[in-house]
Amino acid sequence: MPLVMDADRISRTLMRIAHEILERNRGVEELAFVGIRTRGVPLAKRLAAKIAEIGAHPIPVGALDITLYRDDLMRHAVGPQPLVRSTEIPFSIDDKKILLVDDVLYTGRTIRAALDALIDFGRPQSIQLVVLVDRGHRELPIKADYVGKNLPTSRQQSVQARLVETDGRDEVVVEDSERGS
Amino acid sequence: MRVDTAVHRPGHEGDRGGAGHPAAGLHMKDLLGIADLTSEEILLVLETADAMKEIGTRPIKKVPTLRGKTVVNLFFEPSTRTRTSFEIAEKRLSADTLNIAASTSSVTKGETLVDTALTLEAMAPDMIVMRHSASGACHLLSRICRSRIINAGDGMHEHPTQALLDAYTIREHKGRIGGLKVAIIGDLLHSRVLRSNLLLLGKLGADVWVSGPATLVPPGIERFGARATWSIDEAVEGADVVMMLRIQQERMRGHFFPSLREYFTLFGLTAARVTRAKPDVIIMHPGPMNRGVEIASEVADGPYAVILEQVANGVAIRMAVLYLLAGGVTEETAS
Repeated sequence: MPLVMDADRISRTLMRIAHEILERNRGVEELAFVGIRTRGVPLAKRLAAKIAEIGAHPIPVGALDITLYRDDLMRHAVGPQPLVRSTEIPFSIDDKKILLVDDVLYTGRTIRAALDALIDFGRPQSIQLVVLVDRGHRELPIKADYVGKNLPTSRQQSVQARLVETDGRDEVVVEDSERGS
Repeated sequence: MRVDTAVHRPGHEGDRGGAGHPAAGLHMKDLLGIADLTSEEILLVLETADAMKEIGTRPIKKVPTLRGKTVVNLFFEPSTRTRTSFEIAEKRLSADTLNIAASTSSVTKGETLVDTALTLEAMAPDMIVMRHSASGACHLLSRICRSRIINAGDGMHEHPTQALLDAYTIREHKGRIGGLKVAIIGDLLHSRVLRSNLLLLGKLGADVWVSGPATLVPPGIERFGARATWSIDEAVEGADVVMMLRIQQERMRGHFFPSLREYFTLFGLTAARVTRAKPDVIIMHPGPMNRGVEIASEVADGPYAVILEQVANGVAIRMAVLYLLAGGVTEETAS
């Protein structure tokens, strides 16, 4: 179970992404984070905190649940269904520059669903994608704007990002195991 | 008409305080009654409804989850709130909906229930939401249809989505269900809402009291784990929740009490009676209400009443049920 990123590495990576976000977006007034549940939400909160640390404006953070927008609802055999959780976006996304945050970018289907879901909330000026890990194997024409780490993997492997807020510790590991997630 | 489902008493199920973990999915073809659900599955529906409720607050109140699925609402009995509630829930999930009311269908030409069902089935709907005046009508359909069946009320048997939305409303106000004193008062004999609620509240560990005139209390009600009393005041005393049931005159064959006025005097919920309950009591009614019969207008419109919240929560609960049934079972188990 090779460790790809430890807590320190994750923290420095997020700081680097925070700087990149500020560099590429003049004026932070129109920026807003939307984290994809589950682990995109704490990542978005940490990025917002880092940007506040650097001394820029506080940036609002929302949470998006994409379960109801998935394209595989009826395709699974009997198995656990993901629990639908609430979407909480406590600000208008109209004309905002949305920074969509997720932990691992893989097939791109989650992001496709998230884009559909976001657009039901309004018409943002733009949407940029932030991911902690890009593991390749895209099935849709989707590309991240900010990548914490590019991680070449095979489809048989599974990549797990764990965060203190959800899993009790910060780490990214690659597991040679069953089907990938 | 007797209820021949398993008897559940408070405390016999794992979850008493509503603090257990929700189930991983609803692995069943149909939702015929609360009797078929475990307390974990009930919690799953309630938690899923939380997320569904948020959709109703968005500017675009629609998600694409059930796109391309056909849902038939087959109502053999009059209904406003349940049918409308299901239809709104289906539309918010992007299903194609079709309403069939018995009064305008071939049923009036003498077609049997089974033939109506088979005819519909030939057009391959994904789900059928059915209300029928015969207890067990959904169970009959469940055996002959490949479509998933959701019971929207069968005779005097069950009305599972009503009990689920009642539980959701109670939980929203009280934060729990286990340990609460719930008084259910009125026409117990004819009420499917009562039967579903007794099963559900029992599974989640509430302390349920029922009260009504002797002629409207079905024998053996204690087997559901409820305590029966002839005195509404005793039932309401210290209650966290008071649920009033409608006097169902359309189902009454014979005289059960001398007059509606006398009924109101003895069993109607008046403001004076509400004062016996806990100060933060909530007053519920599945609707439609008979004002001045089972409930006084001042109570129905008063600060403790959550009757309209129940209606609002009904949409979220039905969305949750539709979503969970649609995703939880493979075609193999369905056949």
